Amino acid sequence: MSIDLKTVKHISKLARISIDDEKANKLKGDLNNIFEFIEKLNELNTDNVKALTSIAETTLRFRKDEIKSENIREKILKNSPEENKDFFVVPKVVE
Amino acid sequence: MSDITNQSLFELTSNIKEKRLSSEEITKAFINRAEKSKKLNVYITDNFEKAIDQSKKFDSNPNLDFKLPGIPIAVKDLFCTNGVRTTAGSKILNNFVPSYESTVTQNLWDQGAILLGKLNCDEFAMGSSNETSFFGNVQNPVGENLVPGGSSGGSSAAVAANLTPVTIGTDTGGSIRQPASFTGTVGLKPTYGSCSRYGIVAFASSLDQAGPMTKNVRDCSMLLEVISSFDQKDSTSIDYKRNNYSKELSKDIKGKKIGIPKEYRVDNMPEEIEQLWKNGISYAKDCGAEIIDISLPHTNYALPTYYIVAPAEASSNLARYDGVKYGFRSPGQNLIEMYEKTRSEGFGDEVKRRIMIGTYVLSSGYYDAYYLKAQKVRQLIKKDFDDAFSKVDAILTPSTPSSAFKIGEKTNDPVSMYLNDIFTVPINLAGLPGISIPAGKDKNNYPLGLQVIGKPFDEQNILNISYALEDKINFKNDISDWWLSE
Repeated sequence: MSIDLKTVKHISKLARISIDDEKANKLKGDLNNIFEFIEKLNELNTDNVKALTSIAETTLRFRKDEIKSENIREKILKNSPEENKDFFVVPKVVE
Repeated sequence: MSDITNQSLFELTSNIKEKRLSSEEITKAFINRAEKSKKLNVYITDNFEKAIDQSKKFDSNPNLDFKLPGIPIAVKDLFCTNGVRTTAGSKILNNFVPSYESTVTQNLWDQGAILLGKLNCDEFAMGSSNETSFFGNVQNPVGENLVPGGSSGGSSAAVAANLTPVTIGTDTGGSIRQPASFTGTVGLKPTYGSCSRYGIVAFASSLDQAGPMTKNVRDCSMLLEVISSFDQKDSTSIDYKRNNYSKELSKDIKGKKIGIPKEYRVDNMPEEIEQLWKNGISYAKDCGAEIIDISLPHTNYALPTYYIVAPAEASSNLARYDGVKYGFRSPGQNLIEMYEKTRSEGFGDEVKRRIMIGTYVLSSGYYDAYYLKAQKVRQLIKKDFDDAFSKVDAILTPSTPSSAFKIGEKTNDPVSMYLNDIFTVPINLAGLPGISIPAGKDKNNYPLGLQVIGKPFDEQNILNISYALEDKINFKNDISDWWLSE
């Protein structure tokens, strides 16, 4: 199986990373090399194997739903790329 | 007394406790050396001014009960530090200043340590040579134009060059052990769930662990003792009784069963690594350990499994970098264009490549064929280790298939770069503890490491085996200070 240019562009759309044609062609080559290497897994029959989803065999802990931090709005907004004291600012979404 | 910066953590701690040295003297000595070592490019952000203030503050009222009393420590720039810029080696976090502290670094400060600065690393810890960092590559103090390994390359170089007494790195597929091996230093990846992941910039959540990087095994036990803790803020942190690793450290490994996996004898393995491994085996025998041949039949499938699981988790974790709440933003005509431009300009090539792999293997129609398949093979890899550990107490392997390579040598071939982690990746997939210790040198006089792998939560045992081996190996890292400027 090989990944074509159309697929590369489709994945970049899903990943929200814009790429030009030159980069897309380069990525196509890299991805095909990497997937060729990954295909090795198909040698194994895993029909009756249970997927390992977490290595730590724990159940999630419960805790009381209580507010522990106060007045963190300023702290959180401090790193936002466009300054505003109350909100995160993004380009206009609704026409 | 030897030069301050040559001293181990153990020596520095004793010297502070017995008032032969002050925190200020030590802190200034490391800063002074760092000022002359800019050529190595280990620091992304320094904290020197504040560190001197803090050392003076410590000296004015020293608490000598601390485990790291007034000890200055630089950390990998993947740990969030309150009020100190944290970049993860990426342009996209170039201007990010956290308002909170990672649990692991908080544990350091709670025991009296002082932050020296933030160390260079591969972008989002994705790399094996520190060459993917937005802040440029790091020089290995072992030799000019050699990579220090990665992703914790600034950390390994800083320890080897005596720019910090010890440091902490993170290890997702070998990022502590491989750079330790390349620089002649000690690096330990703890059992998954030992050290809290809270406040560490996430790469692959089911694999990431923080761990100590030090000059020797004793220092490693001292630092692990401080950073390993149960933490409510990490849902996969495990609540178990941790050892006093440094107090219980012992060279007595008589009767320990050490497994030698035949699958780690890979094709084209350099003769000197084969020899290094043989030497390690005979040292272990000399210490009274019993050597047992074992098999880990799915070893060859570990790297392909890793290169599905890790990018899949990374593509999800890195979805948060969208230019909205923090970090770099590239303006766009609309929201989608802003996202796409921000991520295109903010991430480097290797990170984009991994996000693309991850997005692909998780995308509709491919999930079962790739991601689910990889999770199943991961189960088989874990089972290999479970079976092996029913017969042995620990496993001994080489840490890496080669010594440090030249800067630029492997940057054009991602797969050859990935092969660096062939001996370290299976340990992350199985969630086990592993340590790399310097064990010898190749024909170029570059260091080579041996890896000791343990059962879950059996860090004490692998530290003890390493401590015994270290004594027999008697490794000397002769570094010439070639990079120093006046």
